[in-house]
Amino acid sequence: MYSQTEILKEPGVISSNSTEGELVINIGPQHPATHGVLHLVVTLNGETVKKVEPHLGYIHRSIEKMCESLSYRQFIYVTSRMDYLSAHINNHACAMTVEKAMQIEVPARAQYIRVIMDELTRIASHELWWGALAMDLGAFTPFFYAFRERETINDIMEQTCGARLTMNYMVPGGVMADIHPSFQQKVKDFIKLFKSNIDEYDELVTGSIIFQSRMKGVGCLSKEDAISYGCTGPVARGSGVNCDIRKIYPYEIYKQLQFDEIIETAGDSFSRYLVRIKEMKESIKIIEQLIDEIPEGDYQAKTKAVIKLPKGEFYTRVETARGELGVYIVSEGGTTPYRIKFRSPGFSNLSALDHMVRGSKIGDLMATMGTLDLVIPDIDR
Amino acid sequence: MTNEEVKEFISGIHPSAVFDETGEWLNIQIDALEWKRLAKLLRNAPFNFDYLFCLTCIDWKTFMTMVYHLSSTIHRHTIVIKAKVDRADARIESVVDIWKTAEFHEREVYDLFGVHFTNHPDLRRLILTDDFEGYPLRKDYDDPVNMIKL
Repeated sequence: MYSQTEILKEPGVISSNSTEGELVINIGPQHPATHGVLHLVVTLNGETVKKVEPHLGYIHRSIEKMCESLSYRQFIYVTSRMDYLSAHINNHACAMTVEKAMQIEVPARAQYIRVIMDELTRIASHELWWGALAMDLGAFTPFFYAFRERETINDIMEQTCGARLTMNYMVPGGVMADIHPSFQQKVKDFIKLFKSNIDEYDELVTGSIIFQSRMKGVGCLSKEDAISYGCTGPVARGSGVNCDIRKIYPYEIYKQLQFDEIIETAGDSFSRYLVRIKEMKESIKIIEQLIDEIPEGDYQAKTKAVIKLPKGEFYTRVETARGELGVYIVSEGGTTPYRIKFRSPGFSNLSALDHMVRGSKIGDLMATMGTLDLVIPDIDR
Repeated sequence: MTNEEVKEFISGIHPSAVFDETGEWLNIQIDALEWKRLAKLLRNAPFNFDYLFCLTCIDWKTFMTMVYHLSSTIHRHTIVIKAKVDRADARIESVVDIWKTAEFHEREVYDLFGVHFTNHPDLRRLILTDDFEGYPLRKDYDDPVNMIKL
């Protein structure tokens, strides 16, 4: 077998292999289907995938090491750059870990705002995934449909948080600033727009027979394997695993909310697709319950200017658009973490890719990878 | 399932284990040599710790600690296993055959901490390049060019 360096030495992308009839192909690091700088070394026999070997690290910034020299107010800003499509939720996880350690009570207003922002982020993230997945399979139009709605969310974010992608809005103790006066109205307008448009998604893509035949029975993952590979989020829920952190370990005000955990049992690409589509509708349900109920009061608890965490270990898990994000802080009592670990959902989901596509055709590799919803900075960190 | 049951079970097969319940979850400090045997038993009935959701390492300058966060999807119970490894010759048995997620996570720890996982099927650097020197997440690692110090 070729090592990474040997393959890269070869000019061009294809290199012959010692095993009879097998071909090693490099997909990426720059490739439209990998949605970022992911490098897959694929061993093929004809069109059949024999092995997929991901090579990571093209966008590795060593965020964990960086955080060791950043204060508990500063390190949150770096985490927006991990899973940039779930920036709010990443910030939320970090803020919650600090709050847990300091035993800070977050005001109700901040909790409501946080959950609304999380769910808007989840919708925005799934929108982008939906458009990009269709594009992977050769349909270009859905991308524009998805961005029509996503743009509205980005505008809402811009108005309240001052940024469209890396918001850094959640801080220890609450949120950084109060919501914009027109926030509630804009969110309600968005809900109306989304509800009138979501059926188009089904008409355009979900119901398409071409799309379905490329999705059904492709990239199968059993329930046992999903757990063993540490898959979470829509990937695991597509295989019938109850793993929605919002349900099993509720945080903030999720316990009081009415929403369903979407579970599909087929375990193929199509069920992962359905989970995300239905999840968007559940998120809308959550936002509808909260948007008129935001209580008055402070948006941030009073905290000291310099945060010192007590000695100990603190772990928080939240449900991002991709699955379970864990923040593990080991504190020695100082103003910076001694060690910090981000258990990113994409990393574990990617590790199951090889298992899922072995023996299928190379076209199915793209369809499977699309439904894993990989965000590379989240994997490399 | 309660922490008491887990404690009783573990002290039965590994008497020198040290328990710590001050944190959110039960912390169990074990001998690194006992880890594989214990992991197999914890994975199976009655505890069914089938979900290894976090695998990482901490460098304490004089020694290192491997940290395994285990959870059971049936009982929804979480425990933390810790094993001390030597810094100069860091090695511990791999658990890839018990939890498949360990394959990538162990490669990551090998890459960034230099812990050698015996019987790992494919132990190579995962994130850094093959010819990278040093283990960046160790506390004594220094890179005068790229490291930001505040």
